[in-house]
Amino acid sequence: MAKYIRHACAFCALLLAALLVNATRVQVVQSGQYAGSPADRRATIARYQQPRGDILVGGEPVTGSVDTGEQLRFERSYVDGPLYAPVTGFASQTYGTTYLEHAEDGVLAGTDPLLSALPLWKDVTRAPNRGGDVVTTLNRRAQEAAYRGLAGRKGAVAALDPATGRVLALVTSPSYDPAELSGNSEAVASAWSRLNSDPEKPMLNRAVRQTYPPGSTFKVVTAAAALDAGVVTDLDAHTDSPDPYRLPGTTTRLTNEGDGCVDASVRDAFEWSCNTVFAKLGVDVGVRDMAATAQAFGFNDPDLRIPFAAAPSTFDSRVDRAQLALSSIGQYNTRATPLQMAMVAAAVADGGQLRPPYLVERTTRHGGETVTGSAARPGRQVMRPSTAARLRELMAGVVEEGTGTRAAIPGAIVGGKTGTAQHGVGNSGVPYAWFLSWAQSVDAPEPQVAVAVVVEDASADRGEISGGGDAAPIAKEVMRAVLAG
Amino acid sequence: MTKAGTTVAAAPAPVRAPRLPRRRGIELALIVLAVLLSVYGYCAVGLARTGSVPPGAVGYGAGLGVLALFAHLAVRIRAPYADPLPLPIGVLLNGLGLVLIYRLDLETPGDRAAPTQLVWSTLGIGLFIGVVLVLRDHRVLQRYAYVCVVAALVLLALPILFPAVNGARIWIRIAGFSIQPGEFAKVLLAVFFAAYLAANRSALAFTGRRLWRMQFPTGRVLGPIVTIWVVSVGVLVLERDLGTSLLFFGLFVVLLYVATGRTGWIAVGLLLAVVGAVAVGRLEPHVNGRIEDWLHPFATIQAGQGPNQLAQSLFAFAAGGVLGTGLGLGHSILIGFATKSDFILATAGEELGLAGLAAIVLLYALLVERGYRAGLALREPFGRLLAVGLASIVALQVFVIAGGVTGLIPLTGMAMPFLAQGGSSVVTNWAIVALLIRVSDSARSQYDGREAP
Repeated sequence: MAKYIRHACAFCALLLAALLVNATRVQVVQSGQYAGSPADRRATIARYQQPRGDILVGGEPVTGSVDTGEQLRFERSYVDGPLYAPVTGFASQTYGTTYLEHAEDGVLAGTDPLLSALPLWKDVTRAPNRGGDVVTTLNRRAQEAAYRGLAGRKGAVAALDPATGRVLALVTSPSYDPAELSGNSEAVASAWSRLNSDPEKPMLNRAVRQTYPPGSTFKVVTAAAALDAGVVTDLDAHTDSPDPYRLPGTTTRLTNEGDGCVDASVRDAFEWSCNTVFAKLGVDVGVRDMAATAQAFGFNDPDLRIPFAAAPSTFDSRVDRAQLALSSIGQYNTRATPLQMAMVAAAVADGGQLRPPYLVERTTRHGGETVTGSAARPGRQVMRPSTAARLRELMAGVVEEGTGTRAAIPGAIVGGKTGTAQHGVGNSGVPYAWFLSWAQSVDAPEPQVAVAVVVEDASADRGEISGGGDAAPIAKEVMRAVLAG
Repeated sequence: MTKAGTTVAAAPAPVRAPRLPRRRGIELALIVLAVLLSVYGYCAVGLARTGSVPPGAVGYGAGLGVLALFAHLAVRIRAPYADPLPLPIGVLLNGLGLVLIYRLDLETPGDRAAPTQLVWSTLGIGLFIGVVLVLRDHRVLQRYAYVCVVAALVLLALPILFPAVNGARIWIRIAGFSIQPGEFAKVLLAVFFAAYLAANRSALAFTGRRLWRMQFPTGRVLGPIVTIWVVSVGVLVLERDLGTSLLFFGLFVVLLYVATGRTGWIAVGLLLAVVGAVAVGRLEPHVNGRIEDWLHPFATIQAGQGPNQLAQSLFAFAAGGVLGTGLGLGHSILIGFATKSDFILATAGEELGLAGLAAIVLLYALLVERGYRAGLALREPFGRLLAVGLASIVALQVFVIAGGVTGLIPLTGMAMPFLAQGGSSVVTNWAIVALLIRVSDSARSQYDGREAP
């Protein structure tokens, strides 16, 4: 009997050994495969088990975390949510993340390996890293001024520091409160569907994700191309420009809003925004040089990131001469984001240097130790410095005695360009009011701020929509806020 | 007698060897260690979850310690030669089970199971003390073999009168208490099988017809036991308690093999098992679903219905890895229903890792091995078969449930001995340990120098 007892015992040992072999299979060999399953909520739970790092504006967090005590423990909260929504985006337990919350998610959620001082030790202890902070380049007062200026009207503002490319303000209106999307409750789902079906599109980031026809503000680019190409050498010389201007190869006649554009000098044409002069100038420069200059300013670049992606602005380079004429005054297929037009103003202000815009000054560990430094990248020369100097002259003239006088700031040199862009079928839509500008305190060596403002106001009368009237005062307040700080 | 018996006959006349050392001090030391480990686990959960030692730590430790101490005293008085290992193993597993249930209670504030489990553990240890004190000689049980089998069948049949709970008709509810009578039937049936086979092993092995190298015993001998076995398995299938029917099947085959030494029984047993399993798996939708889940644990995820319990359990084990997340830091509560009972091992796997899981399996293996060793050391067949049967119950139960939750075999609802939430199970397992203590005391006090227990 003893022999059979031993056999039975061996059988039991075999069973228990099989258990251990199988446990090793599950826990070691296939654990990676199992743990990677999206159906396993552990990764989600781990993600929300600690407070998320914060996004800082002017040293103060504009985000926060709320301990809900639920399985997904911490929810995102926002300070002045609608004001900073185009920068922060949302961090939702249900709908994921957008904008900085998305682009810097690794740092904010604490998953970025750079956050741990001793990565290998962290692997052993399995303690999660505290979320790090993201320090933005935003200027709080400029941001507030822009938001106040738009006052709920549809539109956007982008402001840059021309010398560095730092984004000083990024505002879109109407906006929404990202806190409404933070959690995973019924209320979040209903807020999501309400925001998505809202005809005003509050979640659309008009400053970086929406392109508009830039209208007359594009004349800055056309003028730069003409000066760089040598088509224009003297700003005050009379040009050979008829009014109305018949688009080459067509019978379509292009007109101006005002008078006095016949054979006007480039300076006068710029100050009074003569379509005929600049349409002809673009045709004279030619499609190749026009496209090259537009591209240098950042048009047709699908890879612009600040660090989240901006919608590419476009300048169509496969056009006939009539289309080129329209493209040169910011119509036809020419489209730009407010950010792109702020880059145009900034390049003019910075002596022809374009500094790639960036929104994140640095990221830090929880407690302030820097993880990654400034995202500033070297600038590139988009036009000759002399061209930039003459454009500054032209833009300053617009504010001194042209269409942009409402942007003038006492004690500062301000340059600007208005734009009123036609759009819609047969130009039937309410035009967009544009203003781009830069400003420099009289005692400062260089311009300190470049701004682009667009207002798409469906409620206003068509006649009242103008870059000088609607957009310039907003730009002025933003510039004042920056110059004052 | 068997071949082993012939060598015994050739050996010199038995001389009573000096009795084995009692080793009660070692038992006490191991019990203290087991209690301390449990209290440590309890504190670890509190520290991980709230950052402070849970308020009940002292009371919990003292309670478990005093219970274990009483059990130790009972062994000291009435079973001084008993194996020093089973009691500390029982205390440690029971204590660890309480820690795991307490830990899961933190996730389900509306459903606190640990206090109830502590009451049942107290009852279990009380039964242990009672058995050790009252049962002076395990051979007395042989006389009550038929009482045992009648009681077992009544207990098995009882739940049919009560409504099904979660698909299985294995519960009776009296005054708010749920009892699983099938659990107690395990021990009773083991006693009966051991007694019957001990009395009839020669007839089973050597009489009857020979059919193509197979010796089949006469129906008169085999009839009663097969009838009882078929009835119990049949009742269990009716009640959809697959785990227990599998356990009885395995227990029966193992004991038959040990009693008769006929490999043919294993072949017949396996054949019957395969036929039965295929038939039940095909015909029974409940079982069929379990088998489908086992073959394709992630099918429900692909179908967009989210992970099922088995998938959640596998996720838990995988999340634990080698070293585990640490007590209190896992998310095995995601398994949902039955986390504290059938799936308690997933919590151990996630929070203690493969290392902790292996330690737990080795504790069970040690308990089983000590049971077999006591069986080997005894010289009378009833005690041998009883020890083998009790040890096999533990081994089979651990294999069936642990294999189920780790995806080795199809899942069958069963309680992990000592660890899982379930009063009947805890009480039954303490009864098993008490009987093993009693058997090993006989074995070691009669030690004759041949089979070292």
